[in-house]
Amino acid sequence: MKTLRILGALCTFAVTGGLYAQTADNIDHAKAAQEFEKFRAEMEDSNPAELNELKGEELWKAKRGPKNVSLAESCDLGLGIGKIEGAYVQMPRYFKDADAVMDAERRIVWCMVEKQGFKFEDIAKKPFQSPNDSGAPDITNLVMYIAGHSRGKPFAVDLKDPKVREVYEIGKEIAHYRAGPYDFACSTCHGTDGKRIRMQDLPNINTKEGATKAVMGWPAWRMTGGVALTMQWRMNDCFRQQRFPEPKYASDTITALLTYLTANANGVVYKGPGIKR
Amino acid sequence: MNRKIVFATLVALPCLTTLLPAQADENYRAKAIAMIQKDFKPRGQADLDRLAEDGVQAICNRTGNHPPEALAKTLEADQMASVKWPADGKLMGDWKKGESLAQSGRGFTWSDKPGLPVGGNCYNCHQISPKEVAYGTIGPSLLHFGKLRGNTPEMQKYVYTKIYNAKIYNLCSEMPRFGRVEALKPEQIKDLVALLLDPESPVNK
Repeated sequence: MKTLRILGALCTFAVTGGLYAQTADNIDHAKAAQEFEKFRAEMEDSNPAELNELKGEELWKAKRGPKNVSLAESCDLGLGIGKIEGAYVQMPRYFKDADAVMDAERRIVWCMVEKQGFKFEDIAKKPFQSPNDSGAPDITNLVMYIAGHSRGKPFAVDLKDPKVREVYEIGKEIAHYRAGPYDFACSTCHGTDGKRIRMQDLPNINTKEGATKAVMGWPAWRMTGGVALTMQWRMNDCFRQQRFPEPKYASDTITALLTYLTANANGVVYKGPGIKR
Repeated sequence: MNRKIVFATLVALPCLTTLLPAQADENYRAKAIAMIQKDFKPRGQADLDRLAEDGVQAICNRTGNHPPEALAKTLEADQMASVKWPADGKLMGDWKKGESLAQSGRGFTWSDKPGLPVGGNCYNCHQISPKEVAYGTIGPSLLHFGKLRGNTPEMQKYVYTKIYNAKIYNLCSEMPRFGRVEALKPEQIKDLVALLLDPESPVNK
């Protein structure tokens, strides 16, 4: 029943999304943004990402990998083994067993490698869904499931933990680091309020309001290409547009940026996986 | 020419940085740079050498984009010295070609084909022709640019050099150095100058 409802939503997307794209050039920016926001909000209660959450739940509970154990019985996301309520909004956090600060996706990957026996290289080979793929990678579905279990809870990255604080400060430096052929840093486009590229609004990630716009609604079902994507992907594609080389999957640099972004949104209530343009 | 200037900047950099006020976050910056150096891989045309700061980037990164004035003036003059001029000596080209170049935001990412003509990226950040409503706002509006300022030889030279290398006039400008990094050729920059200054360009109607 639920699947039918979501498939229905997908069809509505195809039609409405197309109409939206066609008329976008003819209406003014504010109105376009308003229309999209209305449409997005209407659709969010039957987000196609719910299918990813369901798949993620199966993956979380199933015995998998060379060691044939489930994540539910082996993986500690910071609140105890198998405890997932509110775990997503409290990451990145410091994990003693790995002696590292990790964001949610990286931590799940760590559990898949350390507890289930998967090879990191195999997961990192194709970590993000492309438009022609039949479905999202397992890791994306798992992140969707875990994120869904923080719905309605405030972001709460623990900046009192000195290890988290240090990674936050490093993330802040990375966000302001200009290099590459165009001298771009994250903050070149995301360091001032009220700016946009073409019609695309650019949140200022150094403020609570802007950082909230950056992290809210991720992981997301993205209308462009109809794919499910995570914050790891979002950071990856920002670096592409920054004209940088490619950041390694689940690397310290990405964790540092996600620590900076998420902690800047601390206190704001997370609405769960969302829908992005 | 470029190599000489890079070399000169590299030699000058340690001297210059000692003149800068000590930053409390120097320690985090060093860790951030070390992290960046280990966490990227080359892809497509985007090699790892893109991660290294050149002289201008290093100074801007270390001063929060507010370099001491004397230092800025010296480095801005260096940037001016590396400008290459069009072979025919003319600075205004074809505004129509300029408009289509201004529209394109392609080029230099790991997913762009190397060798593909790079776009001017102008509308990404600037309002230019009144006919294009989908413009960005990171840079100032350039609507009526020539109408307001005229197109004297001095103005042509200013616009040419500004597009060639925006850091000549503002060392830590957010605008890329399109000519300096060879994203745009002198002939293409001439077309963009015409887009802004030619009385026939829609920008000035």
